[in-house]
Parts: sequence; C-alpha cells; structure tokens
Amino acid sequence: MNPAEMPGRLKLALGPLLYYWPRDRVLAFYREIAESAVDAVYLGEVVCSRRHELRLEDWLSIGEELAAAGKEVLLSAQALTESEGDLKLMRRVVENARWRVEANDMGAVRMLADRVGWVAGPHLNIYNPRTLAMFVAMGATRWVAPVEVAREMLSGVLAERPAGIEVEVFAHGRLPLAFSARCFTARRFNLQKEVCGYRCLDFPDGLELETRDGEAFLALNGVQTQSAQVYSLAGEIAPLRALGVDVLRVSPQSRGTREVLEVMRAAIDGGIDASAAHRALAAVAPGKLCDGFWYGRAAHEPTAPTGHGVQA
Amino acid sequence: MELVCPAGGLPALKAAVDNGADWVYLGLRDETNARNFAGLNFDERSLAEGVRYAHAHRRKLVLAVNTYPQAATWNRWTSAVDRAAALGVDAAIIADLGLIDYTRRKHPGLEIHLSVQGSATSHEAVNFYYERFGVKRAVLPRVLSLSQVEQVVRNTPVEIEVFGFGGLCVMAEGRCALSAYACGDSPNTTGACSPGRAVRWQETAAGLESRLNGVLIDRYAQGEHTAYPTLCKGRYRVQGETYYAIEEPASLNTLELLPSFARVGIAAIKIEGRQRSPAYVAQVTRVWREAIDALAQEGASFAPRVPWIAALNWQSEGSQHTLGAFSRPWK
Repeated sequence: MNPAEMPGRLKLALGPLLYYWPRDRVLAFYREIAESAVDAVYLGEVVCSRRHELRLEDWLSIGEELAAAGKEVLLSAQALTESEGDLKLMRRVVENARWRVEANDMGAVRMLADRVGWVAGPHLNIYNPRTLAMFVAMGATRWVAPVEVAREMLSGVLAERPAGIEVEVFAHGRLPLAFSARCFTARRFNLQKEVCGYRCLDFPDGLELETRDGEAFLALNGVQTQSAQVYSLAGEIAPLRALGVDVLRVSPQSRGTREVLEVMRAAIDGGIDASAAHRALAAVAPGKLCDGFWYGRAAHEPTAPTGHGVQA
Repeated sequence: MELVCPAGGLPALKAAVDNGADWVYLGLRDETNARNFAGLNFDERSLAEGVRYAHAHRRKLVLAVNTYPQAATWNRWTSAVDRAAALGVDAAIIADLGLIDYTRRKHPGLEIHLSVQGSATSHEAVNFYYERFGVKRAVLPRVLSLSQVEQVVRNTPVEIEVFGFGGLCVMAEGRCALSAYACGDSPNTTGACSPGRAVRWQETAAGLESRLNGVLIDRYAQGEHTAYPTLCKGRYRVQGETYYAIEEPASLNTLELLPSFARVGIAAIKIEGRQRSPAYVAQVTRVWREAIDALAQEGASFAPRVPWIAALNWQSEGSQHTLGAFSRPWK
C-alpha cells in the first residue's frame, strides 16, 4: 500500500504565512509549495489587517492552484481583532464557500459555531478535554494545540479525546508567542501603526531582537512577537504519533521551507533519523533549534540532536 | 460606573471596601488565578471573612479563577468555583470555556465575568459568551482604542469592564506566551508572568544586571532607576540599537479619560494590583472613588484634581504613566 493511503498516517501541514512578503514572492512561494511534500496548506493573513499585498480573492485563487496540485486547502482567520473592519474581513473569510476555516478568535468561533467542519486554531486557548469537547460539539473537526503545549498536557487532553476531531501540533518554525495592539516593527522606526510604511516587508523572517549580551531572543513581526529560536519537534515524531496526533504544522520561513517539509516528511516516514533531521533542519533555520515547551520547560532552552533539550 | 479594586489579602480587601470599592476581586492561594505569587491571596478562612466584611458593607466580591485548567488538575479549578459559590462570593472571573460551562450548569446563581485572559476584543467574541453562557460582564484586554471599546459596548448587552490604573500588559492578555518561552511559567497555565523565582540581580563590570531564567532583561548604569524585570519591559538590541524594544516600564493611568468612559457606557473600571500593598489599594481606591463621584456631580466641568494625580504618581513608584492603547502612539 502507498504510505499516503495508510490509515493514521501523520499528515504534514504548512501553517499560514505569518510574515509580510511582496506579492510576487508570495505567489512564487506557493507555486513551490504546490510541488512540495506537504499535505495541507493554511492560507490567509493572521497577523495584521493593514497588510494588503494579497487580498482575500488572491488567497482564494492560490487555494485553487494548491487544490489542483492535490493539497488540502484551509483559510486562517485573523487572531487579534480590534476594529469593525477586522470583523468584516473575518466574516468574509468565514463565509467563503470554498475552503475550511481556521478560527483564531472567539468572534470567528461565534460565526462558525454550529456549522460542521472548521478548525479550532492555536490561539483559542484550548488546554483541557472538557473545553475541547465543547468545540467539537460546536462543529470543529480539527484542533491545533496552543504553541506552548507540553507533551504531558497534550497527553492529558488526548486521554479523553472526543470523537471526530483531528489533532494538529505546531512542529517547526519560529513560535508565534504574542499579539499586541502595538506594532513593534513600526516602533523600531519610531513610526505609528497607522502610518507604519509597511516596514515589515523588509524583514521576511521578522526583525531579530537580541539581549544586550548577544543572545538571539525574539523576532518582531509587526503586532506579533515570535521566538528568535526555531521550535522543532522533528525528533519527537514517535511520541507525537503514539499520542494520536494527526497533523504536524510547519511554519513558513523565507528560505528553505520546501527543504523543511521534505525533512519532516522523511522524519515522519522513517527515512531519516532524529539526529540527521536535526542537522538538516538546523542548516536552513533562521535561528537555533529549541524544543523546551514539549518538555514543559522554557522553550528557548536549546534542543539536542537526541531530541532531549539538554542545555548546551 | 462601578469601581473594581484588587486584594491580595484581607488587609487589602478591607482597605478597598473602606475606601469605596464597589467590587473587590481576589484569588485563591494557588495557580487557579493569574496572580499566583508567593505569600499572596486567600485561603478558605480568609475568603469567608472577606465575604462577611464586604457584604456587611454592602459591597460585592468576585473570585478570579482565570487561568486555564488542564486535564490532570481540572478538579482544582472546579473546586475553586465550588468554594466561591459555597462561601457566597457574588461572581467568578473565568477564562476557560469548559470552566465557564461547568460554572453555569453547577452554580446558575453565580455571576460569571469573562476574564481579560479570555481575550475577547470584539462584540462578536463577547456576544459568543453571552449567548451561550449568559456571561454578565466582560473585562476587555488592554488593546483597544476608546472608539473600539465604544463599538463593543454599543453592540452587546454584556457589561464592559476596562482597566483604569496599574501595571500594564503590552500584549493582548490570554495571547502571550513570552513568559512561558523565557521561564516556563505563563499567565495562561500557571498564573505567573516573569515570576520572582526566575529573577536574578547581579552587579557586573558592565553595570547592575537583571536576568529572568538567565535571559538578560536589562542592565543599569550607576544611579539609573531600576525596574522589576518584566520581560516585555526590558532594554534589548535591535539592528544594533539598544532601547525599550517592546515597551517602557510604564504603568497605565486613565484618570483623564473618566468622562469618556462614562460617555461610551463602560460599566466598570478595574484597578490592577493584587500583588500591591494595602496602602496602595487604600490610596488608589480613594482617589478613583472621589473621581467617579466628582464626575457624577460635576458632569462636563469635571477635571482630574492635582492631589489625585500626585497620589497616583506616587503609587506608581516613579515609573512613567501611559494611556496604553487609548493613546495615539499605539494607533
């Protein structure tokens, strides 16, 4: 049997593009992704409603190309909504008749509730089985765990897993850690958000923030703050599978996303061992690899090739 | 407008009641609330005494059970809600959807206030909690401008509470894992941000350094004013430039916006600071009580009085004040 048809096969998803790239670059990126080892692709703007290189219509048509290449297509809704304009866009995303929607805010959940077949996104704060069961009752068919989820926490939720829900875990990329009303990229250039000049276009993996003793700490991505280090669970495939996780999420990065997807695919299919996967991912990552959250610790503590995040 | 004041213990609770709080909010001595600090908060006995004191003065108490329970510790959270109901607390501040559902079913008489950690920033989100769970009040994250707050108020029957004074979260509450990333503790799961156990101060040749789980948060020259190393308020380097890259160590003070809050229909103003002293609670409560009463009397001619401003400045320990998301630079 073709491994792609095996029941319970771990799927690989590409999360929404969290950065602001020029339009042509985005289009080229997804043409490449159509050829890649990924099973599912989340599209849309999650971070900032001021970003306009692509409109909803553009995302929908990228979706058609990806679907034609055999990919599952999903649309992610914005995480932090503030204005009536944000809500209007969110409603258009939710009501698109074509693709399944990932909700990242309770406003989107209200719009989606009682329809069947949507994704409860990573920013919804679902930490226990009772809460997850309520989302399933409202029609969610996939849950993306919060990025800070530890193996123990996940195992607690999945011990009482409701029927009919797929489980996705953020498995590779800079961690989306926080959202603010404030734009920290604009702040770097002493600009206000409403006249930001779209400076985040210049930082395709976010604007790196380091401590005064030179430790790469965070990456500023507009109103979103990310980890400078790159979270990676490539060494944890076996326990993820054993827990019953269905989908692993890779977050887009400016260079090497396709390689990351190939390495993750090989790690899932057993074609590469944990330490070789770690080396290959480290070679294309925009920062050091880390995996602390998975062990219930600070995430920024570095990962080791064995997969056990021993402090270097 | 109601005034909602913090209490980290019985003396602060009494100070809040004595100085004019309409509501006092507090937490139990564990990770079920978002100010899980050593030496702070209430056990069953002090909570019972707090209820007695507040009700004798015809004020209300609200228990914060506003962190996110996990499978293994679920019962600790439901037990916190059960105790609140059994002891006659008037309301519970909750963020987790499962716990909101549990509370509504088990204790239909207990008012539910949606915690700021619930991260509801629009009327769509607030109405979700209203329609499904009858949430009475929602505390808005400190991310909205005044006109955005007004949009929420106009489009929901839920009472809207905003933060008026005290420590300022720069990130949307309930949407921040920075502390988890740096130290393993997060407001969502363990009720702590930049926890004291992770803080180290060290004199070095380069200056006095504050670290959080080893991460350098700030470094001070001789004579520079030092601040607690909250990780979003440190000085970092971006493109070779060192500055407060996320936010200055400023605290929120919206006293001047009081008439606007009344105009847009805000139901309650919350004072931050369950970790602060009874003296802080007493003074800040007194100022805001006087201001709210003065506004009711004076209407359009209301202006903050100099002694109020001086008292509030003194309580923020020399740190600067900001209007946060209500101010221009955030827009």
